[in-house]
Amino acid sequence: MSAMEWRDYTARIEQLARESGLRFHPVEFEAVPDSFMMELAVYGLPVRMPHWSFGVRYIYQLIQRNMGHSRLFEVVFPGNPGHAYLAAGNGLAENVLVTAHVLGHADFSRNNLLFQRCQGQVSERIVEHAAQHARQIQQAIDTHGLQRVEAVLDAALALEQHIDIDQSVRRPQYPQYTEPPKTLADDAFRRRFAALEPAAARAGAPDRRRAPVPPHPERDLLWFVAQYAPELESWERDIFLAVREESFYFYPVFATQIMNEGWASYWHARLLREAEFIPQQAYLDAIKCHSDVVRPVAADQQVALGLNPYHLGFAIWERIVAAEGLAVAFAIRAEDDDFGFIRNHLTRELAAELGLFRYRARDGRIRVLEEDVNALREAILAPKYNFGAPTVLVEKVQVDGTLELSHDHAADGRGLDLERGRKVLEYLYRIWRRPVRLHTIDAEGRALEIAAP
Amino acid sequence: MGGDSGSQTPTDGAKWYELFSRGARDWLRHDEKVREAVRRHLPQAVAGGELISGGARTVRVPVRMLEHYRFRLRSAEERQGVGQGQAKPGDVFEDPARTRSAGGKGPGGEGEGEVQLLLEFKIDDIVEWLWEEMRLPNLTPRSGPSQEQEWTRQGWDRRGARSRLDRRRSFKELVKRRGTPGAVPTFTDDDLRFRQLALRRRPAVRAVVFFLLDVSGSMSERDRQLAKSFFFWAAQGLRREYRTLETVFVAHTTQAWEFTEAEFFQVSGTGGTVASSGLRKVSEILHDRFDAQSFNVYLFYASDGDNAVADTEQARAALAAIADEACFCGYVEVAAGLSRHLDTETGRLFADLSTAGANVGSCGLADFDDVWSAIRQFFTAQDPAHAEGG
Repeated sequence: MSAMEWRDYTARIEQLARESGLRFHPVEFEAVPDSFMMELAVYGLPVRMPHWSFGVRYIYQLIQRNMGHSRLFEVVFPGNPGHAYLAAGNGLAENVLVTAHVLGHADFSRNNLLFQRCQGQVSERIVEHAAQHARQIQQAIDTHGLQRVEAVLDAALALEQHIDIDQSVRRPQYPQYTEPPKTLADDAFRRRFAALEPAAARAGAPDRRRAPVPPHPERDLLWFVAQYAPELESWERDIFLAVREESFYFYPVFATQIMNEGWASYWHARLLREAEFIPQQAYLDAIKCHSDVVRPVAADQQVALGLNPYHLGFAIWERIVAAEGLAVAFAIRAEDDDFGFIRNHLTRELAAELGLFRYRARDGRIRVLEEDVNALREAILAPKYNFGAPTVLVEKVQVDGTLELSHDHAADGRGLDLERGRKVLEYLYRIWRRPVRLHTIDAEGRALEIAAP
Repeated sequence: MGGDSGSQTPTDGAKWYELFSRGARDWLRHDEKVREAVRRHLPQAVAGGELISGGARTVRVPVRMLEHYRFRLRSAEERQGVGQGQAKPGDVFEDPARTRSAGGKGPGGEGEGEVQLLLEFKIDDIVEWLWEEMRLPNLTPRSGPSQEQEWTRQGWDRRGARSRLDRRRSFKELVKRRGTPGAVPTFTDDDLRFRQLALRRRPAVRAVVFFLLDVSGSMSERDRQLAKSFFFWAAQGLRREYRTLETVFVAHTTQAWEFTEAEFFQVSGTGGTVASSGLRKVSEILHDRFDAQSFNVYLFYASDGDNAVADTEQARAALAAIADEACFCGYVEVAAGLSRHLDTETGRLFADLSTAGANVGSCGLADFDDVWSAIRQFFTAQDPAHAEGG
């Protein structure tokens, strides 16, 4: 059967999704060759800035594909309109499934508050924005040469995860002066006191003081470098801000992965069940494809040492809808991210039913730990904190321009990998153009400083 | 919007992403960076490699993929994770991540950072870079015209003499332009590619280099490898200067024999060391086969330095005789893992001659990293100014 038949079903599936209560921006579907699907997975965006590190990921992706490890059915980009790319090699059943899945994602990204907030700031047209960035960077390469642009991208992309999602994308610089202390209330006592000796009352008003930079430890490294690097050129700043903007787009995708994939899987399963217009054979094929996607462990294994977010999310959503109804599910999809979702809705019973367990790996042995649903939730969420990166803060800029960073090892539980840390500082030094230092701890927990140069 | 630039559709209906792969572009850039990095660390990269001279004029250098570094936590002795399946608290099993990496036999390696690339370099390019990198002086031959010019094939162009048309290349261009090989290919002028010639300077003088290797019982396999690595690059350096470079391989214990290059490094002997036997063999071959007037003669001698004490005077005489006729005599003292600062019988022999003003030099070789300092030392020792003084 030809893959093009799937387009005949798209409108009807969309219709069904709307009737079931999904609210989504229009989605533009496009069938693309496998090679392009692979690039979408590598770059995360259809058109993105050039950098050799993507080339490395591309090679790994190629190797993986050749070893038959992974196959991509679809990649969807939220926005208005959304863009969905389907592998041209998909069969009809797969495409029907994928269409329903994409609509689940489209509903999620339109209604989830985290997505809404980030999209409201970045734009609902991130795909076009990223292409604009790519073009701007290509122009910078033409003007300033590959070496210089690459040095900027080396630093900016290395700090990709170090943004402060609680601040806005277009964030103003720190106030230049410290706030003067609040003027005291103008009450009867004050007036009498001022009347006693007018000069003394005025003398209390302090002079303005220049605020230190940063006024508090700053976690948005991309923003800080863009705003405060001593000799940054404007085109270099633009590149930092472009990378940062894309990070704001990637964050909600990262922070709601379990929910989002679960939601899309829940809806593709549900819409398929309800779509009576789909031929029987296509339905069966699609359901088989579904069960492959949401399978918790590979077919030939009893135990997996990782989680399939599709499966986990799918199971949690099924439980929520069954136990609390669709209205509650819609509210949760709007309000939560993975942190809330896992903590509030992964119950002890569900964890037991799914056979989730915590383990500790040491010296090549894996020991399954005792049941403790709170610890289990935290273990699931542990890799998701701080965009999955260690917490590194700007502490201070010295008088000579030296940038002092600190690693919050108490929050992360252990020190940084020194070798990698030094290399990142070297990237950063080339852009900051003054010495860069970073405080962390060594394996024994002693304070340690690494620096570049 | 800028997005249009990305999704512009060419008139023939092909999508932009079918015409252009960003992944491949960035991959090529990665390879370029790897080459730059290898070039910068070339001495270390190629010194230890298995190098075979002659035949294929290329070497293969295994390199790791570059890593784009990010802040990461140090790897902990212990990690926690979440799994799924039939497992009860207290169950213990082997960590597959650990066993896989310990086995290390997986094709292509496991995970990031373990894929190895095999880069192929032309030896001529490497030697060119090295001399540039290490700022090694060019040697001054003793006799004959120093340079001559020669036409060599280099590159292709769209215009050229009919006789230089490269059919294969032209056909490739045709296929590239058409996208797919169709029924009847029709060439246009733009497809045609002609071989080009370039004028290259070539050294015009002949030279012979003697590689003398001590293969007595005290020389280990690794010592021979070190010597081989040094000999190889020394020969490449000389080849750069001379149009024809004859190589002679002599190995000695208490006696000496001539070998072919292939056999030379496989030879191992037993028993003591009598350097004079090897040196006399070299003189013999030099006088039998080469005319010292028209050849520039080089000798490189690799040994662990333990020459028999009784042989000292004879070795001194034999060496002095060769040094008289040779442009340069170099002594590398191979002692894998330990440096004895040339304080050995043979070491003193060369040191004495050097103080006496002969054109000889010596260097210790304890590790593959030392190969380059040895090469540098020998080639700078022959700096014209220095050579004229001696």
